[in-house]
Amino acid sequence: MYRIVRKKVLNPTVTLMDIDAPMVAAKAEPGQFIILRVDENGERIPLTVADYDREKGTVTIIFQIVGSTTEKLNHKNEGEFIQDFVGPLGTPTHIDGLKKVAVVGGGVGCAIAYPVAKKLHENGCEVHAIAGFRNKDLVILEDEFKAASDKLIMMTDDGSYGTEGRVTDALKELIEGGEQYDEVIAIGPLIMMKFVCALTKEYGVKTTVSMNPIMIDGTGMCGGCRLTVGGETKFACVDGPDFDGHLVDFDEAMERAAMYRDFERHKHEETCNLFNKEV
Amino acid sequence: MPNMSPKKNEMPAQAPDIRNKNFKEVALGYTKEMAIDEANRCLNCKNKPCVSGCPVNIDIPAFIQKVCAEDFDGAYDIISTSSSLPAVCGRVCPQERQCESKCVRGIKGEPVGIGRLERFVADWHNEHSTAEAKKPEPNGHKVAIIGAGPAGLTCAGDLAKMGYEVTVFEALHLAGGVLVYGIPEFRLPKDIVQKEIDGLKALGVTICTNTVIGRTITVDELFEQGYEALFIGSGAGLPRFMGINGENLKGVYSANEFLTRTNLMKAYKEDSDTPIQHAKNVAVVGGGNVAMDAARCAKRLGAENVYIVYRRGEEEMPARKEEVEHAKEEGIIFKTLNNPTEILGDEHKFVTGMKCVEMELGEPDESGRRSPVEKADSEFVLEVDSVIMAIGTSPNPLIRNTTKGLETNRRGCFVADENGMTSREGVFAGGDAVTGAATVILAMGAGKTAAKAMDEYIKNK
Repeated sequence: MYRIVRKKVLNPTVTLMDIDAPMVAAKAEPGQFIILRVDENGERIPLTVADYDREKGTVTIIFQIVGSTTEKLNHKNEGEFIQDFVGPLGTPTHIDGLKKVAVVGGGVGCAIAYPVAKKLHENGCEVHAIAGFRNKDLVILEDEFKAASDKLIMMTDDGSYGTEGRVTDALKELIEGGEQYDEVIAIGPLIMMKFVCALTKEYGVKTTVSMNPIMIDGTGMCGGCRLTVGGETKFACVDGPDFDGHLVDFDEAMERAAMYRDFERHKHEETCNLFNKEV
Repeated sequence: MPNMSPKKNEMPAQAPDIRNKNFKEVALGYTKEMAIDEANRCLNCKNKPCVSGCPVNIDIPAFIQKVCAEDFDGAYDIISTSSSLPAVCGRVCPQERQCESKCVRGIKGEPVGIGRLERFVADWHNEHSTAEAKKPEPNGHKVAIIGAGPAGLTCAGDLAKMGYEVTVFEALHLAGGVLVYGIPEFRLPKDIVQKEIDGLKALGVTICTNTVIGRTITVDELFEQGYEALFIGSGAGLPRFMGINGENLKGVYSANEFLTRTNLMKAYKEDSDTPIQHAKNVAVVGGGNVAMDAARCAKRLGAENVYIVYRRGEEEMPARKEEVEHAKEEGIIFKTLNNPTEILGDEHKFVTGMKCVEMELGEPDESGRRSPVEKADSEFVLEVDSVIMAIGTSPNPLIRNTTKGLETNRRGCFVADENGMTSREGVFAGGDAVTGAATVILAMGAGKTAAKAMDEYIKNK
């Protein structure tokens, strides 16, 4: 059992938790993920590491409440326990040798982009961060990004905060304005990563994306997380989750992510009803 | 006077058309009377050919004589000196190719039902025994086992009995390895596996779940923590695919994924949060036990038609005979001598069918089995909405990629000598991680051998 040391609501649908898991905290690096199970009948879900504190032995996770499992997780409070927490899994983001990078985060993907930006910044790399959200109420981690970047551009789809538009608009402006990046690291919804990659391909800027497909074990055993990269089948859990964005088949990944949509919707409603009854 | 009936006592089982709709155990086990009657078919041969067929060398005639004498606890004691998981082996060993294949009674009729008797004895013990496990005197030495599957658990049990302080590291949230994620409930009830694991815990074995060696801790760090020897029983967990078009369509599963969702994550139960596709028509590609398990699970999840698609003939199938028979009784359709060439999908990327070609058997290949050759112009489409690939697995690269000095072969298996010793001092390995995908009992045998070798290694250090 793993204790929830801290819980913080970041916005109405996104929650942060620090989990007491010293063995995972000792090894975790940006780009890696963990798998957790909330309770005994729970499913195993992957969440990318948002931060870690090696001294306190805690790992930070930030999750969006999208289904039954995240709903249940969100109902847990500080001091309570979650059943299973295993990691760190996957390979860390490669950041060695990078001098200037644009880190692009979309929505809850910012939670994963943030530790990457932080590590790059600590290593002396110039970081331009672009964080995009649907609207002002959904903005998360602005102060954290500010501290971990040399330039931060906040974007909202409806213009209720920062600049109105998509992250690709901001990125295009930077590149057109003469900024030369060793690499763009884009983490967010599949559709956002797809469009970022389409843009950077035009300008020939190497782009890394972090994939978060459906998985069970996270160690290469089930193959459920497979995706096509450069015409080859890869397992996100062991070969990734980071991949060369210009080689990823995003359309296939989007279809695969929707495999259990009906089941998930139904389960989520069930769980919500259950919690409503309890209230 | 021995019972000279040429046939085994039949195993009571759930009726096929009932059991193919539930996940309860298929075979129900001998009654006491049946067990004694079957035990009396044993001639108690002096040269005990059956023992040579057992990978862990259980003294089979000796335990059977105890069953004849109604001394079931005595029978259990004999089995458990050689086997750590008797209730498991009695259910999943391919006895017809091991002990029972050597049985003298098999020459003129059916061999003694050794597996069924083993199962009876183990179940009797689990149900009736009140004897507390005796914790052995500690010998002051620490060893680590990587992987809580059949190889690791056997090795752990044997070392614990010798007095070692044993810690087993398991990547998943539950110990048991293939016994819990792979073999379905209806063939091996999970509470039986749990009982065997509780038995190990009673011997003082510590099991650390949620620990991935190579990620959470490395082999080098385990040595730094004071473990004097290590056993790697990490299995062959990486699923293979065929490399044909359409394998990433929705509805295509590796058998590992399909079985893990069904068994470990209990997706067949209403209250499980883990989703699984309830397909109408399912093709399972492969001819081994895993293929049979996947097919029978798919049927139980409500599929109308479940096909086993196998490129060789039924004779060449590596699955246990009993599993093939059970599958047929349950209505699984066997499409042998057929090979998939492509999986077809709709505009939403859901599977709609599988293109196959017919095969015929040619000359024997290096495995001694006649190799299948494609028949000209025999292409057809099997209408299915799910495809499960059960064509084998290979070892996980995590440990070999994070450990120096561990030699592996071209298939990625650890290289170990006949005692399980690897190229790195103090590191032993066994089971599927060394042999590639094989059987539970072979893995147990390897765990047993390695335990002995680890004991000698530590004593002579």
